[in-house]
Amino acid sequence: MHRFANPARFLRIAKPLTPALFWPGLLLTLMACIWGLFFIPTERLMGDTVKILFVHVPAAWLGMGGWTGIAIASIVQLVWRHPLAGVAARAIAVPGATFAAICLITGSIWGRPTWGTWWVWDGRLTSMLVLFFLYLGYIALSNASSEKGDTSRVAAVFGVIGAINIPIINRSVIWWESQHQKASITFSGSSIDTAYLAPLFVAVAGFSLLFGALVLMRMRAALAAMRIEARMRRMAQG
Amino acid sequence: MSHAPFIIASFAVTGVGMIWLVVSSYLSMRRAEASADALRERS
Repeated sequence: MHRFANPARFLRIAKPLTPALFWPGLLLTLMACIWGLFFIPTERLMGDTVKILFVHVPAAWLGMGGWTGIAIASIVQLVWRHPLAGVAARAIAVPGATFAAICLITGSIWGRPTWGTWWVWDGRLTSMLVLFFLYLGYIALSNASSEKGDTSRVAAVFGVIGAINIPIINRSVIWWESQHQKASITFSGSSIDTAYLAPLFVAVAGFSLLFGALVLMRMRAALAAMRIEARMRRMAQG
Repeated sequence: MSHAPFIIASFAVTGVGMIWLVVSSYLSMRRAEASADALRERS
């Protein structure tokens, strides 16, 4: 892991990796959206609203996965003081918050025709809303307390503590009565028909690759800003 | 109830969110890297 502690070495990998993740991600995402919109059968109970699955589920996965990434990077920063871990955590925050917001909005839109309401204060929806607010808190905290483009220890501790919400979101439909359906995909199998499952996997893969490319772009921007700051300081010192 | 407006709205929200993320991330990366390179050449 410390092999990549050197930003120059990291950039040598990140520069070719950014387009290598972005273009296949964009292609898979567009493919999944077209497949999901025009080539899947109407679902018996949900009708055509099942198409919302192909944007709602990847957004939920990346909203939760993003915070998991922040928590792991924060632990690496706190325990091993890895110089890039704080940069990575900070780079994940805005894409993660955006996907959490997309998940909440598309879920609300999906709820109106299927549940008859835009919003219910049940465990799944509320814990997902809490995740979105945690992201906003993390972004504000890391911006306010950033150290040379890196993330402060306070924000890293917040990133680790906030991870408590991830298993709560996951188990919420089991622990509490919920309008939201139970998990359809588990380690033991899936209750989703293959006609919907195949494009869903393509969508999750596509959005995940795009997420990876976005994080790399934001890390590269942060590292360039750190280089500028360091050079300006050296120039000021003469 | 027609489902089309709900489906269109969901995909539109996702599309706008993705385009904003990609454009803002790409531009901030390009600007920061160009500034860093220009400063290195100048000094």
